[in-house]
Amino acid sequence: MIPNVVPITPELIAKHGLKPDEYQRILDLIGREPTLTELGIFSAMWNEHCSYKSSKKWLRTLPTTGPRVICGPGENAGVVDIGDGQAIIFKMESHNHPSYIEPHEGAATGVGGILRDVFTMGARPVAALNALRFGEPDHPRTRHIVSGVVAGIGGYGNSFGVPTIGGEVNFDPSYNGNCLVNAFAAGLADTDKIFYSEAKGVGLPIVYLGSKTGRDGIHGATMASAEFDEDTEEKRPTVQIGDPFSEKLLLEACLELMATGAVIAIQDMGAAGLTCSAVEMGAKGGLGVELNLDMVPCREEGMSAYEMMLSESQERMLMVLDPAREKDAEAVFVKWGLDFAIIGKTTDDLRFRVSRHGEVMADLPIKELGDQAPEYDRPWVAAAKPETLAPSDVAAPNDVGEALVRMIALPDMCSRRWVWEQYDHLIQGNTGVGPGGDAAVIRVERQKKGLAFTLDVSPRYCAADPVEGGKQAVAECWRNLTAVGAEPLAITDNLNFGNPEKPDIMGQFVGCIQGIGEACRALDFPVVSGNVSLYNETNGKGILPTPAIGGVGLLPDVAQRATIPFKAEGEAVVLVGKTKGHLGQSIYLRDIAGRKDDRSAPPPVDLAVERRNGDFIRTEIRAGGLSAVHDVSDGGILVALAEMAIASGIGASIAPEAGLPLHAWAFGEDQARYLVTMPASAAESFIARATKAGVPALRIGTTGGSELTLAGATPISLVELGVAHEGWLPAYMAEGAEL
Amino acid sequence: MKSAVVVFPGSNRERDMLYALELITGVKPHAVWHTERELPDVDLVVLPGGFSYGDYLRTGAIAARGNIMPAVAKAADKGVRVLGVCNGFQILCEAGLLPGVLMRNAGLKFVCRHVKLEVANADTDFTRKYTRGQIWNCPVAHGDGNYFTDDETLARLEGEGRVGLRYAAGTNPNGSLNDIAGILNERGNVFGLMPHPENMIEPLNGATDGRALFESVLEAVA
Repeated sequence: MIPNVVPITPELIAKHGLKPDEYQRILDLIGREPTLTELGIFSAMWNEHCSYKSSKKWLRTLPTTGPRVICGPGENAGVVDIGDGQAIIFKMESHNHPSYIEPHEGAATGVGGILRDVFTMGARPVAALNALRFGEPDHPRTRHIVSGVVAGIGGYGNSFGVPTIGGEVNFDPSYNGNCLVNAFAAGLADTDKIFYSEAKGVGLPIVYLGSKTGRDGIHGATMASAEFDEDTEEKRPTVQIGDPFSEKLLLEACLELMATGAVIAIQDMGAAGLTCSAVEMGAKGGLGVELNLDMVPCREEGMSAYEMMLSESQERMLMVLDPAREKDAEAVFVKWGLDFAIIGKTTDDLRFRVSRHGEVMADLPIKELGDQAPEYDRPWVAAAKPETLAPSDVAAPNDVGEALVRMIALPDMCSRRWVWEQYDHLIQGNTGVGPGGDAAVIRVERQKKGLAFTLDVSPRYCAADPVEGGKQAVAECWRNLTAVGAEPLAITDNLNFGNPEKPDIMGQFVGCIQGIGEACRALDFPVVSGNVSLYNETNGKGILPTPAIGGVGLLPDVAQRATIPFKAEGEAVVLVGKTKGHLGQSIYLRDIAGRKDDRSAPPPVDLAVERRNGDFIRTEIRAGGLSAVHDVSDGGILVALAEMAIASGIGASIAPEAGLPLHAWAFGEDQARYLVTMPASAAESFIARATKAGVPALRIGTTGGSELTLAGATPISLVELGVAHEGWLPAYMAEGAEL
Repeated sequence: MKSAVVVFPGSNRERDMLYALELITGVKPHAVWHTERELPDVDLVVLPGGFSYGDYLRTGAIAARGNIMPAVAKAADKGVRVLGVCNGFQILCEAGLLPGVLMRNAGLKFVCRHVKLEVANADTDFTRKYTRGQIWNCPVAHGDGNYFTDDETLARLEGEGRVGLRYAAGTNPNGSLNDIAGILNERGNVFGLMPHPENMIEPLNGATDGRALFESVLEAVA
């Protein structure tokens, strides 16, 4: 029996984010009142962020296996075989709440956390991407958040030395009080040198590595599991501070140590710090863990057991070491100037025991801490199926060309150069397609093969129809990988939603998962890792449902990658896939026709068609016949053409298909479509092959000149298009600087 | 050509540089840890890019006082070619092996993009495979590349042909004086530049314009 110094009151329990029935469960589990330290430990393990208590039931429905999957969800990151004895290890994770409170450090530590997840498994990070959602541009906080988040991501990734090669940026009023920062990282490892978190062996030393423990980030994970209100500013002390320099040293030290064979198990200290990492290592290995907190390297004096167990100080790792190799291990860490301390050992009694100043501060059943976290089957209601909008129901613009110029300058559609020029996207020397392509492509170092990465989701589609929106996010990810010539391998998902205790929000979550699962199964595109971020609400208003999908693809030869820019004048422009002029939930409908609250259906996704069209495109890219490839997504055909033209400085003359209103043909967002170019003489045989494969393909024009000319619309000069496309974001951010 | 790349805590383009040197010279370079006090017998010493010591205090300031630096100075003194790229250039300036300083970019932001470099002097050990006035493509990736020095030093640099590379008209990414991208020491065997020629050496990089810089040294030491 541990004496309780601090009385556990209902207020204290509520402050720890635990519901009365959850507290009762704790009492039933341990048969006594918990100590304050124990209450903190339960709060850390049982919050939404760490326990997935609202989402677990649904996550289990996702496909997570496949011939190339080495390790699916449940470890620090997913592991996928890429041949030649190599694996790509990747994951995406949110840092939404901290980034809203303190944009620079919140985003920076989000990057730091995801990089650690990857190199904890023995992989050297080779790519970082990020999916960012901000409030509407006119909201007073948006500029500050954009500026801080971008600088934070760049500041961390650039110093650490990983190329940041792609991602997404969107603006929407639903993110006004709750931005989303989803950070993705991928690393390379040999398949026989992958490290896991499961502890093995009784009586082995548990070693603490990396930076010292401070009082920062205490209760970060609990904060991230609650909604925001007017007092959000007061939560600033729960945000951690990042130090990319220490992380870079930790990376090199860990990889060097792993190469010596001294590491039995390793886990990074992320959310809920020391608590979560120690419990996970023990619980997974069926072992108890004993920690002597007096041995933990601390940044400040007088830290209590409670503070040490809940601190989320960054750049820290926990390892189980081969005791025979302790000295070798210590030498590696001394070389890199990092702290190294034996703070405990594994035991055979399945207890999680923590002592401080010779006193036991916590003594809990380790399995139950993790496995018996509450799990909810939250009530949910499915969203009503929306009606499909006919093309004729949407007003045409005065001039399609003029509408295009407006569209490519919209906050959601304009060039993101201002963002990605602040990211080092060239370091490591392997970047084949950087930011701005359909997917980013890197070479696997010293190899012929390449890897492709993309992050995708259309939150407005998910809001209108969660099931179709979930499907579309996966399909677009798959399509973007295909468009560079890659074979899509697997995904990581980052599911950002509002308060799951509201049945309509839970309905969005369930619907999106259903759609994601359906698409993953149809496209053989398993989920190997992921993260759920709930309670993205401020003052009771939730964000758009935003299940971001991060996909990884493989190119046998990186030299075969396809890119967006037109390559030469006089080439044939061919549209692949069927165009029906679907304007429901389109950018045109929302931003040009001004129907912001329209509830019509998003474009339907036919997964069989998606696969057929994509497989055909990939085969053609690999055969070497296509000079440029671009997927058709937000903004439709004309926006895609404009992007190809702007990127190359070569124009095109386009003749639209008859039978549809021009604006529906030009701006409709039908799925499973690509624009490709090839020498004019090759077009006929290309179309014949497409027809034979059951893939619609139609020559719609020819490249050349310095204008984009669409029959029936005013021609637009590429200079005008380029200025419009590049202008908005820098001008918007500069305006902020003057204020 | 034998070469060595010095690795500081926080260096992060050393692997790019080691790869480039091996690819172009055909000889595996030495990686030298910063705590060493001696350099191997080499023709070229490279201080690579990165964020040595996190760029804390001032870029390059802590690394410039590292154990290995007296050996680098001694090698420079003996006429060994020394190349500093990005953080390496900052370290050379902080160590006094090159004049001037690299300040925060004029735009106050980190900038990673392709720029055009103009060869201001093709009669150096680092640029002889280019022609004077030649314009080539090269990426930059830095937050502190804004070269500055006093008027007198600047006049000397210009007068003595010690400005090796400039950002071509309209592409200066950081506000550096006279569009300076890279400078030489008085003797011409120490060269510092902000851009990254080591990331412009293969078709994958979009062009191979950076190779000639390494080939220049290769020819100079032959």
